[in-house]
Amino acid sequence: MTVGIVSYGAYIPRYRIKVSEIAKVWGADVQSITGGLRVQEKSVPDLDEDTATIAVESARNAINRGGIDPSRIGAIYTGSESHPYAVKPTGTIVADAIGAAPNLTVADFEFACKAGTAGIQTCMGLVESGRIDLGLAIGADVAQGAPGDALEYTAAAGGAAYIIGRDPDQLVAEIEGTFSFTTDTPDFWRREGMPYPEHGGRFTGEPAYFKHITSAARGLLTELNTTPADYDYAVFHQPNGKFPRRVAASLGFTSEQIDPGIVVTTFGNTYSASCMIGLAAILDIAAAGDRIFMTSFGSGAGSDAFSFRVTDRLDGIRSGAPSISDLLAEKEYVDYATYARHKGKIRL
Amino acid sequence: MSVPRFWRHISSRYNLIGTRCNTCGEYYFPPRTMCPNCRRDGSIEEYQFKGYGEVVTYTIIHTASEGFDMQTPYPLAIIQLDEDPRMTGQVVCDNDEIAIGMRVKPIFRKLGEDGAAGIIYYGTKFIPA
Repeated sequence: MTVGIVSYGAYIPRYRIKVSEIAKVWGADVQSITGGLRVQEKSVPDLDEDTATIAVESARNAINRGGIDPSRIGAIYTGSESHPYAVKPTGTIVADAIGAAPNLTVADFEFACKAGTAGIQTCMGLVESGRIDLGLAIGADVAQGAPGDALEYTAAAGGAAYIIGRDPDQLVAEIEGTFSFTTDTPDFWRREGMPYPEHGGRFTGEPAYFKHITSAARGLLTELNTTPADYDYAVFHQPNGKFPRRVAASLGFTSEQIDPGIVVTTFGNTYSASCMIGLAAILDIAAAGDRIFMTSFGSGAGSDAFSFRVTDRLDGIRSGAPSISDLLAEKEYVDYATYARHKGKIRL
Repeated sequence: MSVPRFWRHISSRYNLIGTRCNTCGEYYFPPRTMCPNCRRDGSIEEYQFKGYGEVVTYTIIHTASEGFDMQTPYPLAIIQLDEDPRMTGQVVCDNDEIAIGMRVKPIFRKLGEDGAAGIIYYGTKFIPA
């Protein structure tokens, strides 16, 4: 049975802070920070924006783009590491705000930066089995980084929503396969009640990011009997501008394949939304028949790889919602003090 | 605000659900269950407002009530929706950007919260269209 993307949408807050502004506050060397991370600026949520509002705006863009009747949605899974409530699903707010409630199942997912793609896989299962007509998977975050911590230079805000269905006449991209790789690698965590995540450092590169993405990606390539040369585009989780390029090269993907999906340099690491926004940027330009390879990564501990094939229906729906370049064009820079106020880093 | 009081208005706040009288054609927001024009001849049904409209008038809030103090100074406006009803709402824009007659469209935002432990209230605000 076929399964795939029926529509997609994204949302990025309009405020930006330059990485050089953050480096200046902490007395860090601007050149070595921006050169090392290859990130110039990151998005900053407004005072009244959080993961729920970003998830709703992303989902509404997906519904508007595809002209979807929201009552067809039988499941909503919202992946985030910054759900506004510790207990009360973000998805309940999304379901009511998009008009999908009440006849559906909802749950929130948490797997640091890959919770959104776990949502896609869950929707695939329910859709393929015929349990539901359409499923909505969202990755949304207002990512947290402690003041002065390395994460603060890239932790950004944004969201992406994908509507998953099975009717071949409605798909804009078929999902050809998915493969996951998961271990208990202690690299990135946040304990209950703590405002900011911790990261191991020791594991961040090779044993976490590179091992998991490479293993999931190779697993899927083997399962589908494909090679990197079979794909027109590839997108990998983007904690910075350096890692996705390096992992792509080690797998055999070229810069021409991955450059269109590299979004981290202009608005930072949107965590659960990271490679899902990268995929949206590719769908904004992909042509019928193009194949796209995607691999997410989260919490040092897991990766989900996907293979997509674009259908001729994508052209027809593309203009129904803002593209990633539309969302990036509208921006306003803030200084560190304003950023600290927006992020609630100043406690009264 | 009490939790049940907000809960009752979720459909209006999230999706601008109001009502319309099929007899006289008048739109109501917040929703009315009876048409004051047609009275017993009225025929009220639910209507979802598009959320597009224009600023009738506005003020800049410098001294806010509790919970809004981090946002000051911010604009608060009376919006006339394209279907006719007027409503009070926050316009998310710079204070020198807002103007009488400015076109606006809806956006989903956090309206407030009952402190750090209470419920978070979401709903519709406006941005320049």
